[in-house]
Amino acid sequence: MPIERTRATAYIWLMSMTDETPIPKRPSGFWSYANPVKFLAFSARVLPVLWWLSGICLIVGLVWGFFFTPDDFRQGSTVKIIYLHVPSALMAINAWFMMLVASLIWIVRRHHVSALAAKAAAPVGVVMTLMALFTGAVWGQPMWGTWWAWDPRLTSFLILFLFYLGYIALWEAIEDPDTAADLTSVLCLVGSVFAVLSRYAVNFWNQGLHQGASLSLDKEENVADVFYVPLLVCIAGFVLIFIALVLYRTGTEIRLRRTRALLARETRA
Amino acid sequence: MMPDLGKYAEAVLSAYGVSLLLLVLLIVWTLRQGRRARRALQEVERRRAPDA
Repeated sequence: MPIERTRATAYIWLMSMTDETPIPKRPSGFWSYANPVKFLAFSARVLPVLWWLSGICLIVGLVWGFFFTPDDFRQGSTVKIIYLHVPSALMAINAWFMMLVASLIWIVRRHHVSALAAKAAAPVGVVMTLMALFTGAVWGQPMWGTWWAWDPRLTSFLILFLFYLGYIALWEAIEDPDTAADLTSVLCLVGSVFAVLSRYAVNFWNQGLHQGASLSLDKEENVADVFYVPLLVCIAGFVLIFIALVLYRTGTEIRLRRTRALLARETRA
Repeated sequence: MMPDLGKYAEAVLSAYGVSLLLLVLLIVWTLRQGRRARRALQEVERRRAPDA
């Protein structure tokens, strides 16, 4: 289907969305969720499960990590910060990659829901980034003797945080939603460099204060088992709460877009 | 029940306190925004209903 045709179809879906709107037979599979009605129906089905699962994982993981794991022989009780720092940093980077994929889908296929999903993920990503920066600083002060260092990984993480703020500001600054989606998608592509650097700066430059990954497929590089399992539960909780928040927020963006479209139609009439 | 956090108690507790506060604020803000958007859309659609 030509891009203009796809774009027009998605727009019509967004404009004429009602409970009675029949869900088109095509496109099928993954791409059918470009239909806002189908997306909202899917979200309504999976969100209760996601809220519960993420809540359970977060409570179990954090309570386990905080109350029932020992202190580290070098880090003392600050090792408990790992249950917040690692999952939030992981999600800060992966949220940007999710936005990148959604932005690419918007650029290539012009699916409005995809652009709105990228927009919806940004505030979640910015909170995760802030959380990772704060917990990292609080851990760094007693362990490194400084709150902050211009280390490659920390610096690229700070730039990623600024990209998040710029991304959100750009969405708010442009009135036409399609133009905003286009420009923010380009910004997202550029910012991906810093998302990659946030993850791999330690490997690229092999310098600075920040240590390598706490989790790896190579068991030798992992944190000790006693910290590893609750950490995995916390990561699962963060991933699930991220998915739940993004689905919910995308639904909100779809409703806001539809409301604006209907109000504009009322004004024209 | 409370583990002995020793000399790092302030660092650990502030990390947990601020992070959980940020997470709760994000969830509450998201849910409030969602409810507001849902109500606004229902209101506009209700207004449109007689014309349909």
